[in-house]
Amino acid sequence: MNLTVRIWRQAGPAAEGRMVAYPVEGVSPDMSFLELLDVLNQRLIEAGDEPVAFDHDCREGICGSCGVVINGQAHGPERTTSCQLHLRSFADGDVVDVEPWRAKGFPVIRDLVVDRSALDRIVQAGGYVSAPTGSAPDAHATPVPKPDADLAFDNATCIGCGACVAACPNGSATLFTAAKVTHLSLLPQGGPERASRVLDMVEAMDAEGFGGCTNTGECVASCPKGIPFSSITTLNREFLAATRTR
Amino acid sequence: MSDYLTGDPIADTKAPAGPLENRWDERKFAAKLVNPANRRRHRVIVVGTGLAGGSAGATLAEQGYHVVQFCFQDSPRRAHSVAAQGGINAAKNYRNDGDSVYRLFHDTVKGGDFRARESNVYRLAQVSAQIIDQAVAQGVPFAREYGGLLDTRSFGGVQVQRTFYARGQTGQQLLIGAYQALSRQIDAGNVELHARTEMLDLVVAGGRARGIVARDLVTGEITTHLADAVVLATGGYGNVFYLSTNAKGSNATAIWRAHKRGAHFANPCFTQIHPTCIPRSGEHQSKLTLMSESLRNDGRIWVPKRAGDPRPPGEIPEDERDYYLERLYPSFGNLVPRDIASRAAKNICDAGLGVGPGGLGVHLDFADAIARLGRPAIEARYGNLFDMYQRITAEDPYTVPMRIYPAIHYTMGGLWVDYDLQSTIPGLFVIGEANFSDHGANRLGASALMQGLADGYFVLPATVNDYLGSTPLDDVPPSVVRDVETEVRDRITRLLAVPGTRSVDAFHRELGLLMWDHCGMSRTREGLRKALDRVPELRAEFWRDVRIPGGGEEFNQELEKANRVADFLELAELMLVDALAREESCGGHFREEHQTPEGEALRDDENFAHVAAWEYGTPPVLHREELVFEHVHPTRRSYT
Repeated sequence: MNLTVRIWRQAGPAAEGRMVAYPVEGVSPDMSFLELLDVLNQRLIEAGDEPVAFDHDCREGICGSCGVVINGQAHGPERTTSCQLHLRSFADGDVVDVEPWRAKGFPVIRDLVVDRSALDRIVQAGGYVSAPTGSAPDAHATPVPKPDADLAFDNATCIGCGACVAACPNGSATLFTAAKVTHLSLLPQGGPERASRVLDMVEAMDAEGFGGCTNTGECVASCPKGIPFSSITTLNREFLAATRTR
Repeated sequence: MSDYLTGDPIADTKAPAGPLENRWDERKFAAKLVNPANRRRHRVIVVGTGLAGGSAGATLAEQGYHVVQFCFQDSPRRAHSVAAQGGINAAKNYRNDGDSVYRLFHDTVKGGDFRARESNVYRLAQVSAQIIDQAVAQGVPFAREYGGLLDTRSFGGVQVQRTFYARGQTGQQLLIGAYQALSRQIDAGNVELHARTEMLDLVVAGGRARGIVARDLVTGEITTHLADAVVLATGGYGNVFYLSTNAKGSNATAIWRAHKRGAHFANPCFTQIHPTCIPRSGEHQSKLTLMSESLRNDGRIWVPKRAGDPRPPGEIPEDERDYYLERLYPSFGNLVPRDIASRAAKNICDAGLGVGPGGLGVHLDFADAIARLGRPAIEARYGNLFDMYQRITAEDPYTVPMRIYPAIHYTMGGLWVDYDLQSTIPGLFVIGEANFSDHGANRLGASALMQGLADGYFVLPATVNDYLGSTPLDDVPPSVVRDVETEVRDRITRLLAVPGTRSVDAFHRELGLLMWDHCGMSRTREGLRKALDRVPELRAEFWRDVRIPGGGEEFNQELEKANRVADFLELAELMLVDALAREESCGGHFREEHQTPEGEALRDDENFAHVAAWEYGTPPVLHREELVFEHVHPTRRSYT
């Protein structure tokens, strides 16, 4: 099949960017979207041009490295990561727009690559259980009801790709933060730090320049791991409870 | 000229003698300690943030050391441990099914085809139970039963259910546990994190590892970081084959540069081919995707008895299918170890019975399990894997059997380390997949996560203590730093100056295909010799004809790749030399000249019960470490 990709090119953080159109001919519907970019890059290199920079690593949808906005949607038309999107989701002759995550919290480094270290700093503020190595009791000392463990797991599957932020009209990291708060507050191990965790993480989130949540739900629609909207409700409830007890 | 020289034998001098079960306790007791108040004056560099590096960094920082940590990814949470699916072994015996530390030890030594050190493997089994405790305490959401207790399942090569799991995302969940522990220490100021920064060389001064030279991948800046000890947790070198289940960025540069500075490289030819990966779909293929071994618990592997049977798989009656693993290995069936399952798939496909494009695939069929357990049970166990399969192949594995084929997955070889996980360069420690230590010639499923976390949480912190507590260190002379930095800069300058025409990927693909054909699932003297002739030529072509756009002082992904591929082109040669020198078949190393009449691997314990530790040189120098088996008597591995 033949596609035309219009890609955001930006030489560096301070440089001005623009969309550039590239026809890519003779690609297979079984290729992943990133393999399309690979093919384009090989042709650019052979022609003596600069290849398109994009983040990627595992290409199995689990590391969270990749992520581009495709035709206005974070990770494109399917509910998966950019690396697990295949060209069979497009029609022959389509023109496809490819842009980086756009959010105040994610400055562009080059082309489609952005700096997502703000998400790490939100976790550093409190997204953990303080359990130094060697201090753990036997794993069976505290049974955890299966429904709690399962829901905690659903939230723990967040890959930190940042699609939720990119999709949000406010550039908010609320779903990301909510997933971590929900994961740890559901488990007995996360109990002791429950209040300080939510307060510290929300404070860090605000400090990084992410916008506020207005319940539009675009984040949930773009999340490749299906983090539920109810996690945001949990975050708000945890935040309120923690604020009252403080 | 001979392919290699033979040097003096090498030995592990750190494992105490005496009873196996006391060795780790004795070693810890004999180890020097560092006063808690003095620890913050010691800087320890940790390169890599996967299960091994992440857990090591967090634990060393908790102990009070000042940790300086590096990863090439944009966040420590993305290291490729994240992609491990199936599970983690631990000798908890929660099932009361006869498991024990000794059994896990025994299974691992046997599974490794008797090419691993007993002391190391026993310790691994000993600390395995603590890993589960630690992970649960961190909030890792393992699968649980309705009573609230942890669930376990079976994995290949064993007959007990000792594998703990978190759906098909066990690696991700364990990594997030380690990442969060590391994040806590970053916030506390005990860990200085350098993300998007890649180690390009090791600083050795006074015969000791004292730091690294690294490149900031965003700005291109080259800087030196000094420390009292250096820990490499940089993973395996499977990407030498270009197509593998490794992440695209996984590379051997850190261990290869350390090797060139004096760290011996052990058993480079021991590479693992995973039997259950999604077959490649075309020339554009950029990597291969694993389907967890856990699927073999419920999936049955078969091919049609008639070559090229045109019927859809569901319409082929039972008696016209060959469930070849169940037929050949009745007691382990579909759960034979990886090397055996992979070779069986290759043999079946070589015999023309494979399915799918090019005949390079076999069926992994869940119809029986779905009929027996119901679709919801299968969804709960493997839902994300089935989704991933469907996304990649556009086929529904609930109704059509999966197609699978073996692919490069893991490397048992790595830098040689002693019982303390210290390399032949004092002060350089190597943990996780980057070392060679615990898996012999074949790793059992769900043991990589176990080893990475055992090394990082429990083993390394004790042995680094001993090194720092007993080693007086001088300042590193500035001239040493200058020299290493100059070498790194010169190499980048040389790479960028090549007025070439071919992309880095083009060279990498060619190297990968060559290695897959001649140093993959099955190896011959003739094939290895052929590859050994070609690799140096290819390397010369690379340095003459590679094209790297852009400059060194900017974000330049082609330059990153070129740096890595240049090292793969050197490492590949050592792998071939090692494979040629090892005139036997064992585990993942199958030499066609050495097989039984039934086509099984034929080990030669008389001449090859050793670790091949290679010293860098032209030609390389082989140091043998004889393996002594006091507890598990080497027998021919039998899974029939």
